[in-house]
Amino acid sequence: MTVAGGIDIGASATKVALLNERGDLLGSAVLRSGVDFALSASRGLDQALKEAGLEPHQVRVIFTCGYGRNNVPFAHQTRTEIAAHATGAYRHFPRALTVIDIGGQDNKIIKVDADGRRTSFKMNRKCAAGTGAFLEEMALRLDLDLRHFDSLARRAEDEAILGSYCTVFTASEVLSKIREGVAVEALIKGLFRSVVKRVLEMDLMEGQVVMTGGVVAHNPYLLEMMQESLGQPVLVPPRPQLTGAEGAAWLALKSLAQDNRQAGA
Amino acid sequence: MPPSPPPIQATKQMKKLMADHFLGLDRASREGQPKVAWCTSVGPAELLHAMGFDVYYPENHGALLGATRLATEMIPMANAAGYSPDICSYLTADIGAFLKGVTPLTQAYGIESVPKADVLVFNTNQCRDVEDWFAFYARHWNIPLLGVRTHRGVGEVKPHYIADVVSQFKDMIPTLERVGVVKFDIDRLRETVRLSKECTTRWRQVLEFAAQRPTPMSFFDHTIHMAPAVVLRGKQEAVDYYDLLLAELRERVAGGVAAVPGERHRLYWEGMPVWGRLRMLSESLGGLGAAVVASTYCNSWIFDAFDPAQPFESMARAYLELFIVRDDDYKERYISDWAKRFGIEGIIFHDAKTCPNNSNNRYAMPQRLAKKLGIATLTINGDLNDLRCFSDEQAKTNIEAFVEQLEEKAA
Repeated sequence: MTVAGGIDIGASATKVALLNERGDLLGSAVLRSGVDFALSASRGLDQALKEAGLEPHQVRVIFTCGYGRNNVPFAHQTRTEIAAHATGAYRHFPRALTVIDIGGQDNKIIKVDADGRRTSFKMNRKCAAGTGAFLEEMALRLDLDLRHFDSLARRAEDEAILGSYCTVFTASEVLSKIREGVAVEALIKGLFRSVVKRVLEMDLMEGQVVMTGGVVAHNPYLLEMMQESLGQPVLVPPRPQLTGAEGAAWLALKSLAQDNRQAGA
Repeated sequence: MPPSPPPIQATKQMKKLMADHFLGLDRASREGQPKVAWCTSVGPAELLHAMGFDVYYPENHGALLGATRLATEMIPMANAAGYSPDICSYLTADIGAFLKGVTPLTQAYGIESVPKADVLVFNTNQCRDVEDWFAFYARHWNIPLLGVRTHRGVGEVKPHYIADVVSQFKDMIPTLERVGVVKFDIDRLRETVRLSKECTTRWRQVLEFAAQRPTPMSFFDHTIHMAPAVVLRGKQEAVDYYDLLLAELRERVAGGVAAVPGERHRLYWEGMPVWGRLRMLSESLGGLGAAVVASTYCNSWIFDAFDPAQPFESMARAYLELFIVRDDDYKERYISDWAKRFGIEGIIFHDAKTCPNNSNNRYAMPQRLAKKLGIATLTINGDLNDLRCFSDEQAKTNIEAFVEQLEEKAA
């Protein structure tokens, strides 16, 4: 059995995926990235190996992606998280796609053609508006547990109208709404809408839309709101937070297969 | 990483020319002779040289503040004095540095301060900010502020535009004669225009060498070697410099010297340089085998129209034909033409936060050109000088992902 690893070291979380040559997920891990990316990658790999019942030497090749991709000494190659998410999404849905990845620190809109080749991509400007960091910041200000956001938003009977341009501006608007006595559920739904609006401002959505990343993994109601805004179904891979790691592992497998073909040629 | 290419030998001569230029201006400023005119980078420098002025270019100083990364420290001072962080960061860096009494010329040449102007001459062909910038110094020193207010969004350069700009040039002459104490002489102007023409013809040849595969010089080299075309055009030294550089480029091409060893991809840079991150961008792109072979920015000092037989009219035409003055249809044709001739696979648009006039991504041009040319485009958010607007990590990831995309397409 050939096993490849993908490690996506994001600004908030490190994700690890181990795939066999058919692309089956053998083991995975999600942990905080912290301040030592190499250590997080190493711990995440250990967890994923344990889950898969594998030994380290059984992993033939490891590709990394994400902010910390260059900080992992045992990685064989790196790819950008844009390549990894595009590959990870296309692996599950092989057709022309627009991939929306909402990560901890940045958002990406990636267009992929029917053959899985990227045709364009956009990342958010130098601002956290619309990202996971935006929701984390709001949770802190509201003194709420981020894990409760999804259920709170889902229960909302109303929706606070909030901007999507700037995290600080939106925080001021939230304060005004609190003064006005707006229900917390309506505030959270407004924050989710702010994320959706920010994403839709970034690029045109073409073809089938797929959402990936930690924010959609933990907040399925945000996905429903995105579908409602777009007026079309939005697909999500089985483990959206692992999409980048799976994509990196899949790219590693492809690279290995190519090397083998060249060696055999 | 592949080995670096051998350095360009002509750089030594360029450094000497720039030192002479700034030391000469410093001397003139201290001794009061010759008189010093400040001029915008694509302003009527030929007229000023012809009337005996030493010409100083504040935008060049702005770029030096950027390249030395002093700009980001200086800009907040100008912001505090009322100049918004959203306006030209050449302006805010330069005025901030002036208010703080700082200049990169001190470390480079031992010069205490920028040369005091006797007259300020702007041309709004680039933007309105240059007028506001010079107005600060006009108030500070109580000296004349002259300028040309150019038409904008120009499609065809029509005769009445030229007539208007010519009349604005001529209106300056009485003040320039009074300040400079030199009578206007049409033959001296013809000679200066001739020298500018000689300079710009050679500069075009330098840039066109990048059509070679591999290119012997990249955009990042061009941003350095354009200096004589910017600050010494109208003088023999600039002509001689480009003869020297062209000879070296012929040798580099003959020897197969590549600006980016192992050149695999050829890109176009649209918009301002990020002066404080030239090395980082050059190394990021070069490390991925991507050579930036052409740019609108460095082409901005190609003035094909100069003609000594019609000095005023040809100057007006040259400064009206400039890319930045033109409408989007012209700009798209222009970029398309260079992209085809230089074998461009992708265009990087720099969306400079404080330079809307030189950020051509803002009205969907990348999308139109991608469709029309069938090539990839990328927009990088940043700024010419204000590094608060630039994220190294985001820029690097964008560049890496862009080159990955080109590799996928080529596979």
